[in-house]
Amino acid sequence: MTEDDLDRNRRHFLTVATLVTGAAGAGMVAIPFLSSLKPSARAQALGAPVEVPLGSMAPGEMVRVLWRGRLVFVLRRTEAMLARLPEVVDELRDPNSELVEQQPDYAANDTRSVKPEYLVVEGSCTHLGCAPIEDFDVRPAEGWEGGFFCPCHGSKFDLAGRVYKGVPAPSNLRVPPHRFVRDDLILIGQDTGAA
Amino acid sequence: MARIEAEVGKPQGGFVKWIDDRFPMTSTLKYHVTEYYASKNFNWWYVFGVLAFVVLAIQLLTGIFLTMNYKPAAADAFASVEYIMRDVEWGWLIRYMHSTGASFFFIVVYLHMYRALLYGSYQKPRELIWLIGMMIFFVLMAEGFAGYLLPWGQMSYWGAQVIISLFGAIPWVGEAIVEIIRGDYSISDITLNRFFALHVIVLPLTLIGLVFVHIVALHEVGSNNPDGIEIKKNKDANGKPLDGIAFHPYHTSKDLVAIIVFLMIFSAVVFFAPDMGGYFLEHANFEPANLTATPEHIAPVWYFTPFYAILRAVPDKLWGFILFVASVLLPVFLPWLDRSRVRSIRYRGWIYKSALTIFTVTFLVLGWLGTMPADGLYVMMARIFSVLYFAFFLLMPYYTAIDKTKPVPDRVVYHA
Repeated sequence: MTEDDLDRNRRHFLTVATLVTGAAGAGMVAIPFLSSLKPSARAQALGAPVEVPLGSMAPGEMVRVLWRGRLVFVLRRTEAMLARLPEVVDELRDPNSELVEQQPDYAANDTRSVKPEYLVVEGSCTHLGCAPIEDFDVRPAEGWEGGFFCPCHGSKFDLAGRVYKGVPAPSNLRVPPHRFVRDDLILIGQDTGAA
Repeated sequence: MARIEAEVGKPQGGFVKWIDDRFPMTSTLKYHVTEYYASKNFNWWYVFGVLAFVVLAIQLLTGIFLTMNYKPAAADAFASVEYIMRDVEWGWLIRYMHSTGASFFFIVVYLHMYRALLYGSYQKPRELIWLIGMMIFFVLMAEGFAGYLLPWGQMSYWGAQVIISLFGAIPWVGEAIVEIIRGDYSISDITLNRFFALHVIVLPLTLIGLVFVHIVALHEVGSNNPDGIEIKKNKDANGKPLDGIAFHPYHTSKDLVAIIVFLMIFSAVVFFAPDMGGYFLEHANFEPANLTATPEHIAPVWYFTPFYAILRAVPDKLWGFILFVASVLLPVFLPWLDRSRVRSIRYRGWIYKSALTIFTVTFLVLGWLGTMPADGLYVMMARIFSVLYFAFFLLMPYYTAIDKTKPVPDRVVYHA
């Protein structure tokens, strides 16, 4: 066979067909490898909801629990704390929880909670994930209205986990899915169905 | 005497010839070692490549021995490191060599890269050497970062939390990427396990491969020198560069002195200051990871702090991430940003000399700022120096083009 006898179209077709088939096969094989990197069945199971009993919590007290290995704050707010929420609105970036969806619908309200008294937020700064420190004392001289302060990069949040203006964190603290099983028991990580 | 001469004059035969007929041993040795000619006027800036090779060897050797006792599981990791430190015979030495080696790797590599800035080693035709070198630098950063999680201390955990969260700043796909990196909803046992795999298999293999092609590319075009002259332009009758001397035995014997001095300093740190006052091993990392409390003051290890200072200087998450990535990536483009007609700082004008001086100070100050808390004055300084950092690279096409250069000699010269 000489050069002239070559059917270049056929050769080109075969080359492309081989490449496409090979690429498709490689793509298929990549799926199990990439999928193995996702949270495993066990990791998902360990992410089961956690219960937080509220009976022993005093007003103004906060507990820390781990849900899916993430830190969650449950704060029982006092009347005075709730009264401060509307006062700081002007200093907040997203006072009405509109900019970024950081909470389930049932917590998209003035207090960012199901019941005003109980705030449930993830203790993970929306900047780079450090755990904010709670500081509920009001110190007007320092311009501190009480809330959460992130030690890593100085982000500030109010008593509803709403982010202040002019800090690196872009959005409010996330409210995890949760519901009241009874008046004195919160289930974190699940908001529908039976407990 | 006559017998020895006869031996030397005799053509290679026997075992060596048997090998050479089947594997290019002698020719490879000649090409890369005994007949690789590098400039005879190398100064001390030229020892850091070899030193990086030495540190790589130290890290591989000590790393292998650490894996024999380390347990990559959240429940066991911290205790297994303590076990290595206390109960394994000489375990403390092997571990301190490895942790000190990590910092020295970066010291040596930063100086190696700085040499390229001084003498224009990244300029044509050495762009590819520079690009491969930058890839080595990125892999090294990933290797250092993955390794830092393994002791599962407070700083391991929260440092990883911050750096992995950075990827969450990417619009739309950020959260999904973060989940794939962690393999869980938070940094957990699973994350530790895969970081171990990255740290001991994926990244070291990549590193060795890249170092290999880095050297192959270097030997193809030949080493630069403090004068920035192509020594291949002046060859003798045998085709050997007039200004070049063989890598072995000439450069190797000089490098041996450097290696000994290096090992003296390295040993002094390993034995007398393995934590280097909290810079090589951060104090918060002597506590096991606590998922419910971030340390009061969180800073990465010193070799990441210049870039970390830039990240913190930006009061916005996405832009902080973008500028952080840009600050790490920008040096990649040096071969094309530099428009100077000469390579070496010896023949450059005052503008580049000033720019490089400012950049040197900037890099050091940013490194210091990255270790300090993110308070008012420090953040202000970080912003100013971040601007200077970017200006060095982004204005380079302009100021290197207008800079008045001096004539470059034909042959290398010696300077004190």
